Amino acid sequence: MFEAILRIIALTRKELLAVLKDPRARFSLLIPPILQCLIFGYAASYDLNDVPYAVLDQNQSAASHELLAGVDGSGVFHRVANLDSIEDLKTYIDEKRALLVIQIGQDFERRLRSGQPVDIQVIADGRNSNTAGTAIGYIGAIVSAFNADWRSSHGQPGLTVQIINRAWYNPNQETRWAMIPSLIGTLTMMQTLLLTAMSVAREREQGTFDQLLVTPFRPVEIMAGKALPCMLIGAAQATNVLLVAQLWFRIPFAGSLVTLYAGLILFLLAAVGIGLFISSIASTMQQATLYGFVAMMPFLLLSGLTTPISSMPKSVQYFTLINPLRYAIEIAQRVYLEGAGMGRLMPDLWPMAIIATVTLSAASWMFRHRLE
Amino acid sequence: MNTPVLVVRDIHKTFRRDTGEIVQALDGVSFQADRRTLTALVGPDGAGKTTLIRLACGLMTADKGELKVLDTDINLEPQQVQSRIGYMPQRFGLYEDLSVQENLDLYADLHGVTGEERKTRYPQLMEMTALEHFKDRLAGRLSGGMKQKLGLACALVRAPELLVLDEPTVGVDPLSRRELWEIILKLVHEQGLSVLLSTSYLDEAERCGHVVVLHNGKVLAQGRPEEVSKLAMGRTFLADPPAGQKARSLQARLLDDPNVTDAVPEGGQVRLVRKDEAVTVPGMVPTQARFEDGFMVLLRRTVGDRPVGGSMKVDHPPAGHGDEVVVEVHDLLRMFGKFTAVDHVNFDVRRGEIFGLLGPNGAGKTTTFRMLCGLLTVTGGTLKVAGADLRRAGASARQRIGYVAQKFSLYGQLSVAENLGFFASAYGLRGGRKRQRIEWALQQFELKSLARLPSGQLPGGFKQRLAMATSLLHEPETLFLDEPTSGADPLARREFWRRITALAEQGVTVIISTHFMEEAEYCDRVAIMDAGRVLAQGTPAEIRQRAKSEPRRQATMEDAFIAIVEESRRSTPADKARAGGAA
Amino acid sequence: MTLAAEKTKHNALIAKARRVGALVKKEFRQMVRDPSSIAMGVVLPVILILLFGYGLSLDVKNVKVAVVLEAPSPDVTELASGFQLSPYFAAQFLTSMPQAQELLLDRGVDGIVLVRSDVARNMKLGDAQVQIVVNGTDANHARIVQGYAQGAIGQWAARRAAEGRAVNVGPVTVLDRIWFNNANDSHYFLVPGLIVLVMTLIGAFLTSMVMAREWERGTLEALFVTPVRVDEILLGKIIPYFAQGMVGLVLCLFAAKYLFHVPIRGSVWLLAITSMLYLLVALSIGLVISSLTKSQFVASQITLLATFLPAMMLSGFLFDLRSMPTAVRLLTYAMPARYYVALLQTLFLAGDVWGVVLPNAAVLTGMAISLLLLTRLVTQKKLA
Repeated sequence: MFEAILRIIALTRKELLAVLKDPRARFSLLIPPILQCLIFGYAASYDLNDVPYAVLDQNQSAASHELLAGVDGSGVFHRVANLDSIEDLKTYIDEKRALLVIQIGQDFERRLRSGQPVDIQVIADGRNSNTAGTAIGYIGAIVSAFNADWRSSHGQPGLTVQIINRAWYNPNQETRWAMIPSLIGTLTMMQTLLLTAMSVAREREQGTFDQLLVTPFRPVEIMAGKALPCMLIGAAQATNVLLVAQLWFRIPFAGSLVTLYAGLILFLLAAVGIGLFISSIASTMQQATLYGFVAMMPFLLLSGLTTPISSMPKSVQYFTLINPLRYAIEIAQRVYLEGAGMGRLMPDLWPMAIIATVTLSAASWMFRHRLE
Repeated sequence: MNTPVLVVRDIHKTFRRDTGEIVQALDGVSFQADRRTLTALVGPDGAGKTTLIRLACGLMTADKGELKVLDTDINLEPQQVQSRIGYMPQRFGLYEDLSVQENLDLYADLHGVTGEERKTRYPQLMEMTALEHFKDRLAGRLSGGMKQKLGLACALVRAPELLVLDEPTVGVDPLSRRELWEIILKLVHEQGLSVLLSTSYLDEAERCGHVVVLHNGKVLAQGRPEEVSKLAMGRTFLADPPAGQKARSLQARLLDDPNVTDAVPEGGQVRLVRKDEAVTVPGMVPTQARFEDGFMVLLRRTVGDRPVGGSMKVDHPPAGHGDEVVVEVHDLLRMFGKFTAVDHVNFDVRRGEIFGLLGPNGAGKTTTFRMLCGLLTVTGGTLKVAGADLRRAGASARQRIGYVAQKFSLYGQLSVAENLGFFASAYGLRGGRKRQRIEWALQQFELKSLARLPSGQLPGGFKQRLAMATSLLHEPETLFLDEPTSGADPLARREFWRRITALAEQGVTVIISTHFMEEAEYCDRVAIMDAGRVLAQGTPAEIRQRAKSEPRRQATMEDAFIAIVEESRRSTPADKARAGGAA
Repeated sequence: MTLAAEKTKHNALIAKARRVGALVKKEFRQMVRDPSSIAMGVVLPVILILLFGYGLSLDVKNVKVAVVLEAPSPDVTELASGFQLSPYFAAQFLTSMPQAQELLLDRGVDGIVLVRSDVARNMKLGDAQVQIVVNGTDANHARIVQGYAQGAIGQWAARRAAEGRAVNVGPVTVLDRIWFNNANDSHYFLVPGLIVLVMTLIGAFLTSMVMAREWERGTLEALFVTPVRVDEILLGKIIPYFAQGMVGLVLCLFAAKYLFHVPIRGSVWLLAITSMLYLLVALSIGLVISSLTKSQFVASQITLLATFLPAMMLSGFLFDLRSMPTAVRLLTYAMPARYYVALLQTLFLAGDVWGVVLPNAAVLTGMAISLLLLTRLVTQKKLA
């Protein structure tokens, strides 16, 4: 037993040395994750802060100007044109010169002053309907504010129902805050999976695997000796992303590091298990890269990273139950932003433990039987 | 036109390794190759042969110097040259996913050989290479020898003015080697083709019209092969070992003597080239000097007088008495699907023996080896190494064997010391014992000054030393060596065998697979395999007797090998002919 | 030119065409016989199509909310039933806020609508408040939930107004229309994005690996010492993978139209031509990377980083480009995917809007030409 542990440690040391000594490997372990974190962090946002819009103001009154002033002053919209006709409206939207056009009717101010309800038309470019919906939402909020102001300054019958919005954990409603903690799991998985998948394939291609098999190493020990260094590297990368999140993006960390790393370790076990399984069936590095990629796609896309799981069809949602990344993202977000403790995270932790057990056992079975 | 096909004047070429090191591949090389001649670049790995050939084909540019091919300056008009010559690189240049016919068609199209010309040319090529029946087989499934022939056909598809071949016979069995040479010689003598090739087989050099001997990027000599052989004239002798002593023991002793240029076992005797008249062995007879002898003289002059590696001391010689059977193979069978790779093979190896497994590519040697080492499962039959079936016995049994693979299979990015350290731990060596063994390895194999160098950057011969050192750290009783000396420096090979001899003398059992027939002479017993079966087994002397003897010279192992294999193939029904079978 | 010279020129062209043809034939054969090429070129796109079509969606339905009615009353119950009836919500009714908060913490619900006990009274006084509390972690989702909730309340108000019991939610209401995507189906923009990814995969990723493999295996060495020229070798790679890209495109268009019912309002020819332009750009990038790196491992890493990731993140198909910080936004101008996405979205959903098609197509053409030239420059018949 003791001997086995020593051998595993020796293999781990060797793996880490081999990886860290290769300048190309060092590069691809360090630079891409940080770059990706920065790019994801800055680019991956559903928030809008610069929407070009046009106005077809057929009223041109003090009231309409006041409403539009609210839009201009929102910090989100900037006006690109005052339109004269409906054709112009079409051109502006079609040619993407404006994302949104606000059309105010002729009788806007009259109806307002007489206390009658009035509406304005907002036309949005639906080529990205998500962005359109968000922009419309912003307009809605601006209009509500206008409503409240108008009523209080014009002594109209009071608001019967006022809607107050509150958002927990992310008062400024920045997508980034959710995106970046979820990168802790995502980027780590991408790298760890590929690294593990290639670990055995590389030895096979270089011919060193035979030399290893001829020594007293048992298949399980070899597996452990490959899993351990990959997990260590994975943990290091997760820490990298964590640091970028805290120091560069300055997103406040609300939870406990112990809880986060506990979840991370389970996640790494699951990811490494998948990688080792792939490793045992791929005979060349190209195959390993390919299979790793093919495996990663569904895991990445169906994890709730970019699109919410609740929007997926039921059958697909069942699939996500075996996706370790799904749980990793939830855990990262909840610990980081909500400060959730181990108790609350149980529903996310035990599925990962099961996945890890299954993948590691499958991998070890494959290792034993596919070693030729 | 009688101008030379290739003129090389004062060529220099250096390379920069990944680590920033500068390697001088060619250092002031000058020579020329004439028309209708077979010119050979001869030298060990790392001599600069491939670099020179690539320069001649316009695949690289020299740093300094002048190179003219077919009267065209290769730097100014590489395409001109490339359109007129035929080239076969070391890795054959074949597309593995395409069939024989498709590969040939591709090169024909690229060279503009169409219609009528193709109709006459193809049958000629097919006849030359005997690949007619394999037209539709994927190139990836051909044996090594057949790949060479196909590569040759593709290079010749358009009767070029100059044929350039980079180590065309490397790694190929003697039968295919001989066939390929016959093809090339026929082309030169009957069709007046000009050929430039490189080789590290010194016996091949003797058959060329003009040789250029390269070593470490410099030309040591050039001219007709006889001129090189002449250097050893009057100094070459054949000696019989004293009664009861093996040829290799005499050879080992002679090699240790600084006044001996070279000594190799040959046909039960020892061929020696002496430097000094003082060296005598009772009963030795002067003999004709070969190219290799002259080459060794040249080499010694350049490299200096270092004695070939000291004898190796084994700390704990394996216990056990002389005739104990250490490896037992009985009715061994291995099938891959319907294909029988190893077909009811039987042999055994006794303690302290050097046992050789000889055979062409696809014979089943490597498969047998892998089964012996526990790297592959057995389909049928039994095998025992030191009393255990390695596949099932697991860790403890593997503790007792050492293994050196054909290709360098240690961790290239790790330093020499780190590799030794890792494998020491893998074999359970700890603490003081580990340190002691690593120290022993560094000492014995003269790796001390290179301990920190990444092992991938070691010069060829040193890589082998490291591989051997690693396999001996845990003092195994049995050592498995899979084709450990392909293409290496002759000096390195002598040194390697010196160590093996020393190990065997101290009781280590050595099992080696090779297709260098002359190395079979070092072995105590040899098994010849082809098409998965053992065709002959016995001492080298017994095997040699089965050769067709030519009147003038003594039968060599190579003659015997070819005779045995040819006979076996003739008597095997055609549908079982697996001459091209295994991949 | 003399007759002889003309004939030579003519023969030379024929020879050239033959060489390119031979290389193309070889490439096709290899493509068909090599499983990993097929996997990358066929299996991966199919997986992506299925994932994007069936898995991904930004449409929000069945939002789980907890409606907390601290004190029931006819008005309040009516408000609550508005939530129950709405197809956008899966509402459960609770009476205590702490209970609802627990649910929100455990992610059992995505939002809470709190109707305080004093709402009924305050409504008469004209000062009632309804709180919508969401988990802001996923800001996008939160915004959508808020929007839906407001909508539900707005509808309740409209119903009351229709019944003559006016409830003021505000004098001004917003009537919105989303052009080109009335159904607000996120597939309409996800599927064009899918096409960009598939083209990038085949065009850049697959090509870079395949070319690097030839370098690594040494097959290029023998090829170089023949009459073949560099541009012929490049054409021999470009043509087959271009064809494969087109097959991928047809697969995606088919899936878009018949599986996911995304309308194709522009002309299919324009779609094809612009796709070809992008494919050429992607192919050149792949070839440049593989010529420079000559290693499969490094080539795959760099191609992933330089083409695939930007196609997802920085092309504008998912995340709005204008809202990115300036530095990143400037970066996107160098991304060919950005122009292709604009073209695809317009051609699919809006139609042949020349004001968008011409400038973007022009940029892609320019990129294609310069990258092809770069490829030619960087690929040489030299080993070192």
